[in-house]
Amino acid sequence: MSASVRIPTILRTYTGGAAEVTAEGATLAAVIADLDASHPGIAARILDDAGKLRRFVNVYVNDDDVRFDQGLETEIKDGSSVSVIPAVAGGC
Amino acid sequence: MATATQAPVATVDLGPAAALSCRECGTRFPLGPSFACLECFGPLEIAYDFDSYQAEQLRERIEAGPASIWRYAPLLPVPADVAGKPNLNPGWTPLVKADNLGRELGFTAQLHIKDDSGNPTHSFKDRVVACAIEAARAFGFTTLSCSSTGNLAGAVGAAAARAGFKSCVFIPHDLEQGKVVMAGVYGGELVGIEGNYDDVNRFCSELIGDPAGEGWGFVNVNLRPYYGEGSKTLAYEICEQLGWRLPEQIVIPIASGSQLTKIDKGLQELIRLGLVEDRPYRIFGAQAEGCSPVSAAFKAGHDVIRPVKPDTIAKSLAIGNPADGPYVLDIARRTGGAVEDVTDAEVVAAIKLLARTEGIFAETAGGVTVGVLKKLVETGQLDPAKETVAINTGDGLKTLDAVSDAGLTATIRPTLDSFRAAGLA
Repeated sequence: MSASVRIPTILRTYTGGAAEVTAEGATLAAVIADLDASHPGIAARILDDAGKLRRFVNVYVNDDDVRFDQGLETEIKDGSSVSVIPAVAGGC
Repeated sequence: MATATQAPVATVDLGPAAALSCRECGTRFPLGPSFACLECFGPLEIAYDFDSYQAEQLRERIEAGPASIWRYAPLLPVPADVAGKPNLNPGWTPLVKADNLGRELGFTAQLHIKDDSGNPTHSFKDRVVACAIEAARAFGFTTLSCSSTGNLAGAVGAAAARAGFKSCVFIPHDLEQGKVVMAGVYGGELVGIEGNYDDVNRFCSELIGDPAGEGWGFVNVNLRPYYGEGSKTLAYEICEQLGWRLPEQIVIPIASGSQLTKIDKGLQELIRLGLVEDRPYRIFGAQAEGCSPVSAAFKAGHDVIRPVKPDTIAKSLAIGNPADGPYVLDIARRTGGAVEDVTDAEVVAAIKLLARTEGIFAETAGGVTVGVLKKLVETGQLDPAKETVAINTGDGLKTLDAVSDAGLTATIRPTLDSFRAAGLA
């Protein structure tokens, strides 16, 4: 499955400045692994040492926060859109 | 380096602000329009250079300052001459001795309401925007923006108008009319997003990384480290109004958790600077049951927040994915406080209780705070024999629908007979 992944400014040093890249995989975990194969080091920014999503990272697959779905096991369909966004925004 | 949306300016005058520092890993970055740490995505905070301050001189300087948050300019990321710039100059709102409410809730110690509905746009948001706008000026932004649950949109629109910025703010499309009108009247762009606040916030986070958002200062995204500091002034004011004393207990509403986190930071700074005597204080957080991810995590003993989809009349607190939630949990636990939630019916009852006992008309967020205060006393979590401050963050005129059953108690003809017949004599 091929997904387009939107890269936040904070991680664009890994993608040569590209705001959107393509990665393959049937789950979010596989997409992140493929992303890391093309852009080494990027996975360690998104995942912690235990391989879980970092506390201050939000990931959306087709507009849905993956924590409402299956987290890293969320299914990726062909043409899915994945967004990685710093969590620390907004406030009251 | 950090996530910068514009090249950091080499020489910015933001008073005692020395650098940005990651709250998670401590990595430091130069002052700039950055909000997240490249190392770990953690939130960036302002690191200050307070070393030259002497407690007595600082206290005198503050007391001689203007009746606004700018009396605390030496403790904020703003230039020393901030009070002379075009700004809404919020703050120095009343700390009301709530004797009637205290009596009704069974307090034997003094209960206070810090009534922030008296700010220029009738919510505490003027404090944070006032700080963000000085950072926007320093970094050369020309358009101010934000994601908002309503109050912030109005505060940004008004502050932008006063300071001569353009504004374009984003809100959920279905907010209370009072907040929509208040946000729209200042003449900037007001964009309704088809979604909830978390959708709006996500949109803004993406816009900021896109050329379409270039040159924009988002007060609660790329200016968030500066913006958040404005909430410290609630802590400073409360302590100064108590005669430079820490309150023993504080009840604070939680949306993103930023305000609660910064109030704790403000109290810690006052202790460190020697402006108040160090003694234990407890911080309590208040949420509405229909959006209570922090309360749920607190009660379950978790240290991470599971996001929720909000469903509550307290729309200004309806953030299902609260950015500072984990820090709220840390602070409530560290200080021996708690996080509690109340139903929408309890929110409405609390708005009326506060109005009836103290003559303060709070918006739904204030209802959440007073409702939780009541519940905390009733459940023995908060001690009514200790001096307590509860914060009302906004004006009830913005959420009239919540108490729309209040109104005329009688309608009569303009005659004394009619008056007597209605049983009013």
